[in-house]
Amino acid sequence: MKLEELTSKFNKLPGAILVWHSTVDAALFRSLCEQTVHDGGRLVALWGSDEREREARYALHILLATAPGLLCLTIPASTERPAYPDISDLFPCASRMQRAVADLLGLHATGADDQRKWLRHASWPSGVHPLRKDFDGNNVFPAETDAYPFVAVSGDGVHEIPVGPVHAGTIEPGHFRFSIIGDRVLRLEERLGYKHKGIEKRFEGMSLEQGAKLAGRVSGDSTVAYAWAYAMAAESIAGVTPPDQALWLRALFLERERMANHLGDLGYLGNDVALAFGFAQFWILKEQLLRNNAMLFGHRYLMDRIIPGGVAIGLKTQDKRVIEDECSMLERELALLRSIYEEHAGMQDRFIGAGCVAPPLAAQLGLCGLPGRASSQSWDARTQFPCAPYDKLDVQMATHHNGDVAARVIVRFDELFESLRLQRGIMANLVGGDELSVPVKSLSGNTLGIGLVEGWRGEVMVALHTDALGNLERVHPHDPSWQNWPVLEHAIIGNIVPDFPLINKSFNLSYAGQDL
Amino acid sequence: MYQIIRQILKTGIKTETPPQADEALRVETQMLQEKILGHLGRALTIRHVDAGSCNGCELEIHALNNAYYNIEGLGIRFVASPRHADMLLVTGPVARHMEVALKRTYDAVPEPKLVVAVGDCGCDGGLFGESYASCGRISNVIPVDVAVPGCPPTPTALLQGILTAITGGSVATQR
Repeated sequence: MKLEELTSKFNKLPGAILVWHSTVDAALFRSLCEQTVHDGGRLVALWGSDEREREARYALHILLATAPGLLCLTIPASTERPAYPDISDLFPCASRMQRAVADLLGLHATGADDQRKWLRHASWPSGVHPLRKDFDGNNVFPAETDAYPFVAVSGDGVHEIPVGPVHAGTIEPGHFRFSIIGDRVLRLEERLGYKHKGIEKRFEGMSLEQGAKLAGRVSGDSTVAYAWAYAMAAESIAGVTPPDQALWLRALFLERERMANHLGDLGYLGNDVALAFGFAQFWILKEQLLRNNAMLFGHRYLMDRIIPGGVAIGLKTQDKRVIEDECSMLERELALLRSIYEEHAGMQDRFIGAGCVAPPLAAQLGLCGLPGRASSQSWDARTQFPCAPYDKLDVQMATHHNGDVAARVIVRFDELFESLRLQRGIMANLVGGDELSVPVKSLSGNTLGIGLVEGWRGEVMVALHTDALGNLERVHPHDPSWQNWPVLEHAIIGNIVPDFPLINKSFNLSYAGQDL
Repeated sequence: MYQIIRQILKTGIKTETPPQADEALRVETQMLQEKILGHLGRALTIRHVDAGSCNGCELEIHALNNAYYNIEGLGIRFVASPRHADMLLVTGPVARHMEVALKRTYDAVPEPKLVVAVGDCGCDGGLFGESYASCGRISNVIPVDVAVPGCPPTPTALLQGILTAITGGSVATQR
């Protein structure tokens, strides 16, 4: 697949990142997927849409990350036989996404091994598909029995531990089914979807501004990444570019979100190996960062600070000092805490070798984002598919090859220091300019826009389709947790049950982001 | 070990020396402790249930445990089982897939029990509202004593909500 080939056959979507788009038939669809796998590319997202009103068809869309660039493929599916060729043999991570499309849209992957339901539990009956346009989102159905067929493991001494959906801490709900011998895990099966609250249906008919707020609440800990990806998709369709000042501020917000989450995770990783000192120290640092967010930008987590067309709030020149001081403080404290973590024998004993995902397995399963980089999967949208202003920032990607909890801790430290360096670079470029946003008045009709942002977990994508009048017809937010949850099932194999909370925390995946 | 002890000494006690704008919080915190102990005469135990939030409210519930808010210092503890809990702290909206789990958790808490609904979504369904997949506000599913608005509510607002619940509504919640 050469770039020259793409430019002649595919359309270039306008906007902040380069995405090639084309409608393809089943044969070309499979062949491009095969080429992508062959060339070491990845599946970024997979979603479906009901286009019966204008095209008398359904459609399946995928976004592929390939060496020449991002490739978006649309494959039409007839209303009589709503189906498309399975690609979970090429991209194992596609399986759950395909199952979700079947639940929500009744659009099936022909030949897929696993055809069980995924996001549907007991709240609506089989044969009913909420994302079809003739489905009224306010419909409520009597609860059915869920009857989900877990894979059973049998043999002498094997038993099951069911955990959740309500967990023993302040965590999101999900169900884990451990099959174990003694303390050792033979198999883990996840059952997610408990938080499904109809976000994608909710987007239908929302105004652009309401949609921006909802996008910022797909996964609250990644509100900046989602709001930016949504704005990027909308700006692609509207053909507008936010002012420079706004783009720099967006990058500042995104790096601050990354730092806040990494600080919190490093604290909890200390806590999970009984080093309460680590929790106390990192959460002091996180709280200071959140308070600076509240003081400078009016919200501790920067919700609704990115809007389509730009940003909602600027940074006063006299306040730059606050961020510069914070940078110095964090650099100093983190260097010390890192050396304490690295030299703490008891801690490293728990970290090293736990929850290991070897690089070949990571590549095969499509592990992405932070855990991916800790298993030699060197993908970071800020370096490979940089949108402005990352194209001017020269982001240094952090990677590690061990793929264990220790590696994920190291990558978090490396990314924190890199974010601090980037934050200093951003401050140097925030050279005034009062213009914070340009109006996004109307979106053109029947258009697709894609936004892709490297959030702290990994790539967050928002695909936005408009109807003939330019209203939101279909919005699909994609969380990197879709790719990474299935890998956690592999990471735990052979480990002991008491290490699961630690391993789970080292991935820290989103339930809300994948349950939608 | 030397470095750890040195860092602990250098860090000092954050709970008693909050930064500038939060001086009000220090006063509030001391008042809270007195009231909680006055009403309960012992520790308050809380079981958190995420019934379908975006995970934003959870971030602030976590923050309650940091050195600045030091919720354990107030005699309030998060427990792992509803059987051990005096209070449920519930974030929402209630996803329909969580309706049964939430009801069961509520039933498992021994009487007398309190429920605090957290966040705009817990109060009124928020942006998610009621739909095929969402039951909306917490009180649509289980009885709620106090609802704390905010997206997400600040740790201080959460503390005040908890206090309001145990004092029978004598202290107003603040956003």
